[in-house]
Amino acid sequence: MGWTRKVLRVDLSKGTCTSEPLNMALAQQYLGQRGLATKYFVDEVDPKVEPLSPANKLIMATGPLTGTSASTGGRYSVITKGALTGAIACSNSGGYFGAELKFAGWDMVIFEGRSEKPVYLSIEDDQVELRDAAHLWGKTVWQTEEIIKKSHQDPQVRVCSIGRAGENGVLYACIVNDLHRAAGRSGVGTVMGSKNLKAVAVRGTGGVAVRDGKGFMKAAAAAKKVLADNAVTGQGLPTYGTQVLMSVINEMGALPTRNHRDVQFEGAGKIGAEAMRQKRPSDGHAQLVTNAACFGCTIACGRIAKIDETHFSVVNKPEYWGASGGLEYEAAWALGAANGVGDLEALQYANLICNEDGYDPISFGATVGAAMELFELGILTEAQIGMTAPFGSAQALTKLAEMTAQGVGFGKELGLGSKRLCAKYGRPELSMTVKGQEFPAYDARGIQGMGLTYATSNRGACHLRSYTVASEVLGIPIKTDPLVTEGKAELVKAFQDATSVFDSAGVCIFTTFAWTLADLQPQLDAACEGGWSMEKLAELGERIWNMERQFNLAAGFTAKDDDLPPRLKTEPAKTGPAKGLVSGIDKMRPEYYQARGWDGQGVPTRETLARLGL
Amino acid sequence: MRVRLKLYAMLTDYLPPEAQATNSLELDEAPDATVASLIERRNLPGKLVHLVLLNGAFVPPEERALRCLQEGDVLAIWPPIAGG
Repeated sequence: MGWTRKVLRVDLSKGTCTSEPLNMALAQQYLGQRGLATKYFVDEVDPKVEPLSPANKLIMATGPLTGTSASTGGRYSVITKGALTGAIACSNSGGYFGAELKFAGWDMVIFEGRSEKPVYLSIEDDQVELRDAAHLWGKTVWQTEEIIKKSHQDPQVRVCSIGRAGENGVLYACIVNDLHRAAGRSGVGTVMGSKNLKAVAVRGTGGVAVRDGKGFMKAAAAAKKVLADNAVTGQGLPTYGTQVLMSVINEMGALPTRNHRDVQFEGAGKIGAEAMRQKRPSDGHAQLVTNAACFGCTIACGRIAKIDETHFSVVNKPEYWGASGGLEYEAAWALGAANGVGDLEALQYANLICNEDGYDPISFGATVGAAMELFELGILTEAQIGMTAPFGSAQALTKLAEMTAQGVGFGKELGLGSKRLCAKYGRPELSMTVKGQEFPAYDARGIQGMGLTYATSNRGACHLRSYTVASEVLGIPIKTDPLVTEGKAELVKAFQDATSVFDSAGVCIFTTFAWTLADLQPQLDAACEGGWSMEKLAELGERIWNMERQFNLAAGFTAKDDDLPPRLKTEPAKTGPAKGLVSGIDKMRPEYYQARGWDGQGVPTRETLARLGL
Repeated sequence: MRVRLKLYAMLTDYLPPEAQATNSLELDEAPDATVASLIERRNLPGKLVHLVLLNGAFVPPEERALRCLQEGDVLAIWPPIAGG
């Protein structure tokens, strides 16, 4: 068990909803969520499919531990071909939606085709139907959730939806659930919008059965104790959240600043975790209100924040004055350091807009950074942007956030991401992307393993495919030197494979600051049939990674796409411990291919595929 | 010898109030001061002294007593934290 053993297939073109049994043979090979849904996807979808065509599919998938009492067991993922990247996309979200989907009795929902008119999917246990969403089209995420809850007369219904960004073709649109949790990256919300699917509303009244109830309770309790006893997951993350990294990464000279021109931001102290806790002169309150947890989470790293009502961005806008989702590190970096903006309240406002209208703050902020560099170079003008937009302009950041959400003016161009923006204006090298997706908050010159992580990530530049920051910066599980390339190929592979397993189980990757596979394995084995040994899990992670790689190769990606922008390879870091260094990606890439069992062009060898059963 | 001490997260409380807004304090240390001696003199609790960076570079626990401070050094310390 663990699985509900049911898949809901929704044909949006025909307007039909069909229940089918979960393929348990595949579940034994791919577990659930990221792994299993990706297997379904690659088996059913042509790798060359145009991401926004009806032939693309979109799968919302839970893992076997989703909805159980395993700590952080509330995750779900969205799998599709990414609108931003054209690569395999898998975006993971917390909150409560995933667990509710499981309670309703579904392991995954497969959307195919395209509806002629806007619809939303209503799920109440086995009662499933597509409903008209004409009244929801044009509404924000926040409005959509409120309207659906009222119309269902059920405040407990859980909703995921797209905002106006997903409707307007912003290529990095998210699918937002529970107001401020998101399947955030690669444009999964754009694909949802292309299908005229506005939202999914789910209410479940069942539970999740496990194979060995007593054994599972014991394993889950032991794993929770590991999280509680660990200083990072027990104290550090709940108290300061991910934002505490701002000072660390800045001090070590790996905080990408002003579109990666610099590696340290003089305003970092104004936008980090400590700043969020400082009382403001205007109202005597700190921006941070409290921490928050997703379903079943015993870490509670989430931030709930309240914006300064006197800040220029929200004067006469009381709808933004309440407590809402606060800044996480990646968002604060992208909206702040990446643009040279050191105004914490402006970042919170832009973050609220991202949540409200459903688009990825990482890709948006990084794209603004590219636009600001183009402006400073005189390539983009005030007339083209609609305002002056130098690095550091909080006014430009907040206004551009609104314009992107609304799909007006220069916001339309920002909504296409930095790759397309920089290419359009003749400076493609200024786009800080891999496979079309913008970098997150770690400079590849100061943390060498992250450069390899970005270059080889199957969904484009991403920190959540192999978070070697844990090792290279934080010493988890062991400390490695961030400035060297030696050993990083094996390190990245190990992180990639392990992360694939956690992403397929239904739990949060943040557990890995305390857990290893050895903590996850007893929970999975007690929950699921099939004898989930450490060996089986290790092979699972590698199998998933290679499956995703095969899809991307068939989609047309090559070894040339496993690369970093020239800035990171030719412009040395100007300050900090990495001063004088560039990324060693060209040295690490062949080492990585070898460690993976791939040929010199990054293609898995026949032996590797056979070993993994691919 | 002037050095700058930066304390973050829960360690912010170990800075004097006037230094907490910047998480930073300038200190006058003896010429033979080490990373470990500075930590000891500031009475920083061992369990909160986790990540130690000297001028941005990691100092392993076993090297803290051996690493002499130099004029103008920046010593930054965090308790166990993570992000992502």
